[in-house]
Amino acid sequence: MRVGLVVNPVAGVGGRVGLKGSDGAEVQERAFALGAVPRAAGRATLALAELRARRPDSVVLTVAGAMGEEAARAAGFAPEVVFAPGEPTSAADTVAAARALAPQVDLLLFAGGDGTARDVLEAVGDTLPVLGIPTGVKMHSAVFAVNPRAAGEVAATFSRVREAEVVDRVEGSPQLFGYLRVPDVPARVQQRKTGSSSVTPDAVSGIAAELRSYLAPGELLVLGPGTTTRAVAAVWGVDVPVLGVNVVDGSTLVAADASADQLLELVAGAPARIALTPIGGQGFLLGRGNQQLAPEVLRAVGLDRLHVVATEAKVVALGGRPLLVDTGDDALDRAFPRYVRVVVGWRRTILYPVNERQS
Amino acid sequence: MLAAIGADSVEEFYADIPDSIRLHRPLNLPDPLRSEAELVRHMDRLLSRNKPAELSFLGAGCYQHHVPAVVEEIGNRSEFLTAYAGEPYEDHGRFQALWEYQSLMGELLELDVVNVPTYDGFQAAGTALRMAGRATGRRRVLVVGPVDPDKLSKIVDFVRPDHDVEVLDGTHDGWQAADLVVGADVAAVYIEAPNYHGVLDAALPSLAERAHAVGALFVVGCNPISLGVVASPASYGADIVCGDIQPLGIRMSFGGGNAGFIATRDEERLVREFPSRLFGVVPTVVEGEYGFGDVFYDRTSFALREEGKEWVGTAAALNGIMAGVYLALMGPRGMREIGETILALTAYAQERLAAVPGVSAPNAGLVSFADFVVRFTGSRTAAEINALLLERGIQGGKVLSDSDALFCVTEIHAREDVDRLAAVLEEIAK
Amino acid sequence: MSSSVSHGPVSPADARVAPKPGLRRFHQARWDEPLIFELTSPGERGVGVPVTSLPVPSLPAGLARVAAPGLPEMSQPHVLRHYMRLSQETLGVDLNVDVGQGTCTMKYSPKVNDSFVRDARIAELHPLQDEGSVQGVLEILYRLEGLLKEISGMDRVSLQPASGSSAIYANVSMIRAYHASRGDGELRDEIITTQFSHPTNAAAPKTAGYRVITLMPDADGYPDIEALRAAVGPRTAALLITNPEDTGIFNPRIEEFVRLVHEVGGLCCYDQANANGILGITRARDAGFDLCHFNLHKTFSTPHMCGGPAAGASAVTSALAPFLPRPTVEFDGSRYFFDDDRPESIGKIRPFYGVVPNLVRAYAWIMALGGPGLREVAETAVLNNNYLISKVLEIKGVSLPYAQGRRRVEQARYSWEKLNADTGVHSEEIGYRVADFGTHYWTSHHPYLVPEPMTLEPTESYSQADLDEYAAILAEVAREAYEEPEAVRGAPHNGPIHRMRDASLEDPGTWAVTWRAYRRKVG
Repeated sequence: MRVGLVVNPVAGVGGRVGLKGSDGAEVQERAFALGAVPRAAGRATLALAELRARRPDSVVLTVAGAMGEEAARAAGFAPEVVFAPGEPTSAADTVAAARALAPQVDLLLFAGGDGTARDVLEAVGDTLPVLGIPTGVKMHSAVFAVNPRAAGEVAATFSRVREAEVVDRVEGSPQLFGYLRVPDVPARVQQRKTGSSSVTPDAVSGIAAELRSYLAPGELLVLGPGTTTRAVAAVWGVDVPVLGVNVVDGSTLVAADASADQLLELVAGAPARIALTPIGGQGFLLGRGNQQLAPEVLRAVGLDRLHVVATEAKVVALGGRPLLVDTGDDALDRAFPRYVRVVVGWRRTILYPVNERQS
Repeated sequence: MLAAIGADSVEEFYADIPDSIRLHRPLNLPDPLRSEAELVRHMDRLLSRNKPAELSFLGAGCYQHHVPAVVEEIGNRSEFLTAYAGEPYEDHGRFQALWEYQSLMGELLELDVVNVPTYDGFQAAGTALRMAGRATGRRRVLVVGPVDPDKLSKIVDFVRPDHDVEVLDGTHDGWQAADLVVGADVAAVYIEAPNYHGVLDAALPSLAERAHAVGALFVVGCNPISLGVVASPASYGADIVCGDIQPLGIRMSFGGGNAGFIATRDEERLVREFPSRLFGVVPTVVEGEYGFGDVFYDRTSFALREEGKEWVGTAAALNGIMAGVYLALMGPRGMREIGETILALTAYAQERLAAVPGVSAPNAGLVSFADFVVRFTGSRTAAEINALLLERGIQGGKVLSDSDALFCVTEIHAREDVDRLAAVLEEIAK
Repeated sequence: MSSSVSHGPVSPADARVAPKPGLRRFHQARWDEPLIFELTSPGERGVGVPVTSLPVPSLPAGLARVAAPGLPEMSQPHVLRHYMRLSQETLGVDLNVDVGQGTCTMKYSPKVNDSFVRDARIAELHPLQDEGSVQGVLEILYRLEGLLKEISGMDRVSLQPASGSSAIYANVSMIRAYHASRGDGELRDEIITTQFSHPTNAAAPKTAGYRVITLMPDADGYPDIEALRAAVGPRTAALLITNPEDTGIFNPRIEEFVRLVHEVGGLCCYDQANANGILGITRARDAGFDLCHFNLHKTFSTPHMCGGPAAGASAVTSALAPFLPRPTVEFDGSRYFFDDDRPESIGKIRPFYGVVPNLVRAYAWIMALGGPGLREVAETAVLNNNYLISKVLEIKGVSLPYAQGRRRVEQARYSWEKLNADTGVHSEEIGYRVADFGTHYWTSHHPYLVPEPMTLEPTESYSQADLDEYAAILAEVAREAYEEPEAVRGAPHNGPIHRMRDASLEDPGTWAVTWRAYRRKVG
């Protein structure tokens, strides 16, 4: 197993000293002035130590110095260094290092935050499995393991891959940038109790069947971006772009990556429903990466014909945090029900709280 | 203990239970039987009003068979009796015993996949039909009778949300299973071998072909104790086989001994539809060790219509372990012999009783196993005949109608028992 | 008989027996027992069968068995020995401090109760015997119904369900029949449940064709009443809810839950799987419920038998009594009899009348305790639970999420999240290691809302010393996780087998549910 490692040495330095993130030289300088200590390398070491405990035969390829080599050696590996960054290191180094590593490894680990995830997305897209080692500041992306050790464990044991969102704040507001392929470890086979029921298999076929049962003949279905909605379309034999808003009529693609104007035109001409899935991890339903679903479009379709879909695992992973809506239209945000029925399977919904825009 | 917890009284632990829903009086129950001796005396008084039948011809879904002593010995082992939901490590023996049960049943049924027992044969039939419905995505289910009306009641209630059940029972109108036409909207054809009346229908193999011709599944309910001598349903085309394992070494216990099985070929499209647990054998990190765990646990239906996958709960595992012990004790020869004995005795009983004036055996021309129909053509109803039999120490069959009753013989009956019944009927069945 | 060997003078120190070690040096039996098919010895057999000289009729074409079934051929002692060894490789309640299988209520099942069901006067009864010959068992069923009526406050009880889940399904069928009888069965197609209720509360209605709406817990772990307000409406058929839930938390607003559902014409169905801690304290009827069910194998002590046979009881108010599974047991003042003429009945849930042996055991258990005894059971179970909580929370790396500072009733769902983040060791792995000390525990139903979960339910059957021992084992394994994680990761060490390579169980090419399949695929 060949694992690549990229460490963003300054990731997370803002967290300890009350700054949001660590993007930009200015923030970093202020953070160090306030006494911040870089934590990314130490966390990367934890992750690699876990990987080494579980897969001693792993080979680590990495970047010289603070961008990986030091962390790998601290974890007991003798890493192969494939890239030398500039001084001081920058986002450009992250991109270049990830590009250099990608063709040579089975999995790319990176230690950083949402900004680093964006750099990695830009560098490698969906060409190989990627996993983030969380470095401490609250992250919006769904590409990180729950803690550093878990990142090492997942790297050592994963058997399949799923898509997960890369989200980063832009001018204070989270935006969806795309999807990385992250390793997935199925629930452990054991620890099954006789009384356990697998009520909702973690699959979208039931969600797709349930959604289709809502559609009257001739009704359009507007699918928001996301892995769940895309998988729903796939169950119906329709391939849709992952980042856009797409329109289907149950089995055929009516419009791909539609603009707000196109959507308005379509929903004015035929009865329609909307299916959205929250952005993994943060729970944003509207206003992040699906601005095409403009307030006029939502009003034209009607909030009562807006369906939220998610796998049960995704709902549970929200950890009780409410779904968030920020359409840019305060009256419309306020018109949302306090609870929405999230479709999690055939004939199964979870009633889940919705909040207006988070501060 | 209260001090260690830092509580003043047990009442503190109930702080979340509002006063308005508290029971402010002791439960009004009989005074406790505090000593074991008093409890035994009380129970003995109750049990003394039960009389196991000295000679009984009852079957109809609960069968009198000999239970070998070793089956009881194992079933009473406190480890098996009191274990529940341990992991495959500390409960390795439970997992192996249940996997072996699946395997022993697999040999009998000639199928590669058998579940950990479900509640009973009624549930097994209901679940098997829903499995067939999910696998085919079709709505209609044809049930070819005769089927126990109680079982039918359970099936109809259970499949109702997704399936329409059509029952074809020619018992009274001369309709034959051989006449069945299977349409392309049919999910499953369900028939039993032997059926509720004990008959092994000669049309079984051709029904399989007709179901398969239109893509329907052929679901057969069977009595597993017949399979040492009767062909396995899989051998004549059954896709799903189900039934009850009570005949395999489980005591009747007033109907408390039933437990169900479901079996299929090892095809993913069928295996994924099992709602119940399936144990599989696996290697461990140590060479030469077997481990056992749940197979394909996250079974997901990718069928276009994803109906409820039912639930997994506590069902009837110990009965499975006991049925496994039974099959191991019997072996291939024991199963053949018991099948032959019951077939022979069932044929003899029909022939012998039909020779009694006022008695006929409507299915005497067909092959029956254990259960068989007796028709009283004299002046008395089947219920009246039963009452008179009881006065003479004989428990007759299950009354089906004014004229008919369902009698049953197994290996515990001797030829003399049938002759004694015939002699009494000579007196009372005119 | 050999005489004792002389050792010369013995000092008192030589004769002193040191106390047992603090933790047991447990080791489970490890027999390396072959698969039963590998024990076959052609020509042997374990039991004889009556053979007859009567002619065997020939079977119709295609219906005669051609090849004998491939069952093993074994002598009786070999069959016995094989299964005795397997039983020794199984950890039953009788062997361990079985407080780790939370939600299962692994209490002691009195042995004397087993003797009643092994008695031929139960075991040898055919269910269709003449009623006159089974008055004793009918009286037991009738009296058990009466006891459960008082315990639940309900008007009628069916003892036919095969288990708790089977009882939930029966209750859902009765809910459907009730609404259908009032003409709005078609309209009322939604059933509401909660995330911390037993999963069957969602699965059974779904199987029955209902749409299921699940309420998530609020921040304190209580079911979210605002969510319920948003969920109820003209389509509400029923609320199915466990209380206390599987976290051990009792929902104090339960009356309001019931009222909100009743206001829209829905029914309320109480899953009493966790009733053990509230016997005689509060009843389904007192909180306004229309239906409830008990798991007799949990609350009323019948043994769990490797996963059943279990037994369930469905209890209803008189408004729902017409829909009860048929038959009911009635008494006319002199005779007990079955009433099968119930035109509005949902029909049969199980063949005949239920899992009678377990009904007999449950009856005997209640009769031995009486009303005050049942309340003592509840209070002892809850005391034990809270005592164990205080002991477990002293262990590094464990926490008890939700409802901080509130007491738990019948069980508790803990989290090893901190230990996992600190050491990488998972709750499941701690469970495997705990088994090396002669006990075990269960995590939680999936999905894990509580991360790295562990659910413990002490019941009333265990003493303070038992609970101290259990907590000491957990503490030792937690210490190992921090100091020698390999000891935990490599577990089990003292069991019948070692860690499995179980990936093959998920692969159609390698899974083997039977010996036949194993031979075909693996060789």
